[in-house]
Amino acid sequence: MSTLTRYRWWFVTAAFLVAFTLFTAEFQQPQTTAVLAATLRQSTPLVLGALCGILCERSGVINIGIEGQMLMSAFAGFVVASSTGDLLLGVAAGIGCGMLMGAFLAFLSVSLRGDQIIAGTVLNIAAIGLTSFFFQQGRSLPSGKTSIIKIGPLADLPVVGRVLFSNRPLTYLTMLLVPVLWYTLFRTTWGLRTRAVGEHPSAAETVGVSVVRIRYLNLILGGGLAGMGGAYLSLEAVGSFERMMTNGKGFVALAVMIFGRWNPVGAWGAALLFGYANAVQTQFQFRGWLADDPQFIGMMPFIVTIVVVAGFVGRARPPASIGQPYSRE
Amino acid sequence: MDDPITQSPTNDPPALEAVGICKRFDTVVANQDVNLRIGKGQIHALLGENGAGKSTLVNILFGLYRADEGEVRVNGRPVRMNSPHDAIDHHIGMVHQHFQLVPVLTVAENIVLGHEPTRGRGLLDLDRAATEVSELGKRFGLEVDPRATVEDLPVGMQQRVEILRALYRKADILILDEPTAVLTPQETDHLLEVLRGLAAEGVAIVFITHKLREVLAVADRVTVMRGGRVVGTTTPAETDQAGLAEMMVGRSVVLRVAKTEARPEAGVLEIRDLHVRDVRDRPAVDGLSLVVRSGEIFGIAGVDGNGQRELVEAMTGLRMSDSGSILLDGSDITGRTPRQISQLGVAHIPEDREKHGLIGPHSIADNLVLNRYFRAPYARRGLRQLDAIDNEAERLVADYDIRTESIGATARSLSGGNKQKVITARELSHGARLLVASQPTRGIDVGSIEFVHQQIVGQRDIGVAVLLISAELDEILSLSDRIGVIFKGRLVAIADAGDLDRATIGRLMGAGADAA
Ligand SMILES: Nc1ncnc2c1ncn2[C@@H]1O[C@H](COP(=O)(O)OP(=O)(O)O)[C@@H](O)[C@H]1O
Ligand SMILES: [Mg+2]
Repeated sequence: MSTLTRYRWWFVTAAFLVAFTLFTAEFQQPQTTAVLAATLRQSTPLVLGALCGILCERSGVINIGIEGQMLMSAFAGFVVASSTGDLLLGVAAGIGCGMLMGAFLAFLSVSLRGDQIIAGTVLNIAAIGLTSFFFQQGRSLPSGKTSIIKIGPLADLPVVGRVLFSNRPLTYLTMLLVPVLWYTLFRTTWGLRTRAVGEHPSAAETVGVSVVRIRYLNLILGGGLAGMGGAYLSLEAVGSFERMMTNGKGFVALAVMIFGRWNPVGAWGAALLFGYANAVQTQFQFRGWLADDPQFIGMMPFIVTIVVVAGFVGRARPPASIGQPYSRE
Repeated sequence: MDDPITQSPTNDPPALEAVGICKRFDTVVANQDVNLRIGKGQIHALLGENGAGKSTLVNILFGLYRADEGEVRVNGRPVRMNSPHDAIDHHIGMVHQHFQLVPVLTVAENIVLGHEPTRGRGLLDLDRAATEVSELGKRFGLEVDPRATVEDLPVGMQQRVEILRALYRKADILILDEPTAVLTPQETDHLLEVLRGLAAEGVAIVFITHKLREVLAVADRVTVMRGGRVVGTTTPAETDQAGLAEMMVGRSVVLRVAKTEARPEAGVLEIRDLHVRDVRDRPAVDGLSLVVRSGEIFGIAGVDGNGQRELVEAMTGLRMSDSGSILLDGSDITGRTPRQISQLGVAHIPEDREKHGLIGPHSIADNLVLNRYFRAPYARRGLRQLDAIDNEAERLVADYDIRTESIGATARSLSGGNKQKVITARELSHGARLLVASQPTRGIDVGSIEFVHQQIVGQRDIGVAVLLISAELDEILSLSDRIGVIFKGRLVAIADAGDLDRATIGRLMGAGADAA
């Protein structure tokens, strides 16, 4: 199949969105800019969560604990940043916390060969419990949240400048991570081994690739990405920690990963679509458009989901070995 | 028996040696005090029935399993074999019984996996990999397109990939676990030639098979295993097929199936111009027609993957057909459900007994009534009648000689041969019109093979129409009254069994009608 037919749904959807955006930009430039900027903001944690999911599942481990990893990391990042006043340290703490949880998930599902769904659920429940227990009202970030970095003259371009070139650091970093991860997954030895382990672990093992090592590595790195997503929420998007602030983003990230067919670039597109639907919805509510039918507006992201799922149904093929604990004998 | 290796004038230590290997899985003793020595440049056949412990032994030699006791030596020195990594480091390569290839990756990717050529810092150099694979293929007569995706290749090609993968790692000890089980006779001949070439270059080869003919054709030495132990080591010059068979089974075996002339009557199954697609939506059965009459065995010979699976699935209601019709006693059963078809008297021995023949975690009793548990006397008003089920199960276990401690044991606890007996008992014990038997003896022991063959011939003799699908040409030849050869979803030849010889069928299997 040619790339064109294989990805026709993406192309159709993207073409429609671009046309729609150009159309609205003609009349409502400020709104369009706001919607697009919000799209990017909304999509960032989804992209990070989905990249985490991709690293895990490509190596054969289902991670439904992304939600928990993000929540716990959002908390850890916030606590460290608010007590030290150092945002960078906060972000590092978030990433480290995610990595630790990834290692824990690997211990449960790879070393102990436990059920991967249960292992992920353990992470989620632990995160909710711990963050609620240790949560203290009234803490704040002494230095505020991460600040906007304008990329020179590019930031002054109309629409694009505000949308793409005047963002906060983790947003840039996420945009950079997408092609980097795509490249590593499909062009490096580590990527090849990861895909082999996820598809057929015993085949990988017989050529001397250690399934356990690859899975640990991927789960820890993936945890770092989810942790960065958590840090993004508390330190870059909101600037404080709130109970249950991930609000299901870790699960939506899994849907994003599937729409994106376990491909970083695909997941990025899917996350943008979700972010866009959310941003349009927010914009409608903000303007009071269709105010008589608030339910209808609230439904929009879900309609988008359904349409996209219908387009992809039956064609996404997950890595063949996901969900199964591996043992050599 | 003398050991020519220790007597050899050069006095080289054996390339690979297993000393006192023991291995247990729970209660099963898979290897008991096994000794094996493979000389440099020798083809050493490892012969034994299914379950004799051959795969277990070579998996230990390759570091996949860890031996409970014993030692592996390479070139005379004891080595640690904790993982395939260790084996590869000692230049041991293995071609696995169940191919260890990643289906979605390309040939080149599969071959270099784990030892990838890079452009520094972990960046894959797939172009160099492809070139190297091509060169290697040319050198050893194992050409294969390095950029093809493995799942698109026929099994013979996939096997080449496995061999190339070992050679790519510079293996000078090559272990092949039942490599010919999936090949046509011509492909087998080619493989044996490749192996001879490798041996001539000094590669030590362990060649596992249960086909006596191949052993005599290619091996320098033969070690026979039975029940986890080595029965003996000999050379082809010192023995013959009957001698090897007796060592293998522990008693003299009938190599031919006893059967009388068929007395076929009216047609029972008729297939007209059937078209069926496979899982990936490509045409698999492509205009196939045949008639099977009451009281005859119609054998379909062919290499795996030429539409056999889809044909059987369409006939038993497991897969929709595109067009054409399937008639049972003159009435159309195309598109009926599996249960309807089974109730009409179609017995089915499926190709994959673990997946489609049994429910592993359920009891043997439940599995024995799997095709009629829902009707009297096994169920009344929706309630299962456990006494009736148990009585029937006890009767079948006795009649079909199913070796188990209890009918309440799980089906998956049985050995392969006994699993097949459960399926045979269930399908044949209540008056079938048509028996569809797909690879009925794949991977089971000789005793069970004899039993299943007798059952099939017995069914024929009481007037059942039998459609036998098998990749084992010997099985087709010894059982069938008529033979059809399937190639790319069509029967390229249909003839009475006496009118087709091995070589012709082999050619038809490999290249369709143009070849004959
Ligand atoms: N991974 C395993 N777990 C449990 N039992 C096994 C395993 N592998 C092999 N066995 C058992 O060990 C015995 C020898 O099997 P195997 O080495 O595969 O025989 P062969 O290759 O000669 O057919 C059989 O009874 C088989 O059921
Ligand atoms: Mg075996």
